[in-house]
Amino acid sequence: MSNRRRQNYSAFSLFTQGMSHHKHWQKAWRSPEPRSHYDVIIVGAGGHGLATAFYLAAEHGITNVAVLEKGWLGGGNTGRNTTIVRSNYLQTESSDLYDKSLQLWEGLSQHVNYNNMFSQRGVYNLAHTPGDVRTTLRRVNANRLNGIDAEYHTPADIRANIPYINTSPDARYPILGGSFQPRAGVARHDAVAWGLARAADERGVDIIQDCEVTGINRDGSRVTGVETTRGTINAPKVGVVVAGHCSVLAEMAGLKLPIESHPLQACVSEPVKPVLNTVVMSNQVHGYCSQSDKGELVMGAGIDSYAGYGQRGSPRVIENFLAAIKEMFPIFSRMRMLRQWGGVVDVAPDASPILSKTDIQGLYFNCGWGTGGFKATPGSGWVFAHTIAKDEPHPINAPFSLERFVTGRLVDEHGAAAVAH
Amino acid sequence: MLEIKCPWCGPRDESEFAYGGEAHINRPDPETSDDLAWAHYLYFRDNVQGLHAERWNHAYGCRRWFNAVRDTVNYRFHAVYEIGEDPPVEVAK
Repeated sequence: MSNRRRQNYSAFSLFTQGMSHHKHWQKAWRSPEPRSHYDVIIVGAGGHGLATAFYLAAEHGITNVAVLEKGWLGGGNTGRNTTIVRSNYLQTESSDLYDKSLQLWEGLSQHVNYNNMFSQRGVYNLAHTPGDVRTTLRRVNANRLNGIDAEYHTPADIRANIPYINTSPDARYPILGGSFQPRAGVARHDAVAWGLARAADERGVDIIQDCEVTGINRDGSRVTGVETTRGTINAPKVGVVVAGHCSVLAEMAGLKLPIESHPLQACVSEPVKPVLNTVVMSNQVHGYCSQSDKGELVMGAGIDSYAGYGQRGSPRVIENFLAAIKEMFPIFSRMRMLRQWGGVVDVAPDASPILSKTDIQGLYFNCGWGTGGFKATPGSGWVFAHTIAKDEPHPINAPFSLERFVTGRLVDEHGAAAVAH
Repeated sequence: MLEIKCPWCGPRDESEFAYGGEAHINRPDPETSDDLAWAHYLYFRDNVQGLHAERWNHAYGCRRWFNAVRDTVNYRFHAVYEIGEDPPVEVAK
């Protein structure tokens, strides 16, 4: 069943398909009926789940894999985030994980033969108070010690790169400096999901959409498969990668997680000509902004405070972060907003993810990414595939086990990771 | 914007309130509790999809804490009640 040949995407194939009016492109992936048995089931066809399936096939030769998706592929947080990719985290454990991911991003389009439009346009994290400046300098130095590119920029440096940002000392929260990671940037989030799906499918993975998992089957302390809206599917290994709904899946297996699910909102403006050629984030005034290739300004901030599964939040949160963006960029004050949406994010107590085995043999959880999962898409899949294939964590994700909440070895990235979570 | 009914002040806008997370979590005796029980007290949550018992503080009003039962899917409040009381409606588990 494995190694179906897919058409290669190239300038030449685009030209030849154009000659026949683009009517003869292959489907990017199949929509197979679920079989009764697989070696591995991945629950959730978002970016992380698809990356896990892709790396199971590409790195570990495990191709008898099903990815089960209750809705449509990439329709959850993968299609709802603000597409920022960076690795300038404070703690060494986080640096290793997020920079592994960034290194994979740098070759991902070629690896999966699908252009995800990864653009290393850099990310600014601004500092607005003397305390901000100190923690920014500490993080820049910690990043450099961990081999991650990081620069400290003064207001003059920032103004030279972004001429219309408000660096006036009279601002309510004046910009006193900021960190800059040149290798960071943005990627087209839908293309990331589609490219990983196509590459996984090509290697034999069954991607089954419209198939909701309703139960996790166990034989004593071993997992045996899942119940779904399309029947029972058996597998000795089940990896759960469902972000905001991880507690719901955990409850099916009789487990409890250190997770709270919250709404996280974002919005985009009407498209305008190129005006912002980097990503600007601010923890203090709390907003972040970049410009998509379509010209829309993409903006967001932190979670709504209350727990929620509703994929929507309160307008006051949007009002707050738009006020923050306008404070930093007075030039945007007349922009009109085009769309606004929410997703459900899985927030862990230390703002670090959980990539872990569980007490149930063969059941693995990948969750807790909170507001920052998109940047980790390939790295998360890479270490989680290793964890499932070898039944033990890779050294990179070993610190991100569930046990850390019992032993107390948290990876505290609250506020330290350059933006509030 | 949610409208939240403070048991003492009546209905007010959400922006006056601070969210306090899951309610009815009892602190184990630190002298006798083991690490697992302590971890569950500190970090592990039911995180229910449905009716959820939770704490709120009327931070920009009377500054008093209270409990509420709210649906985490459509965010509708089903009850508010005082700290120390049991939920007046059945909550999801």
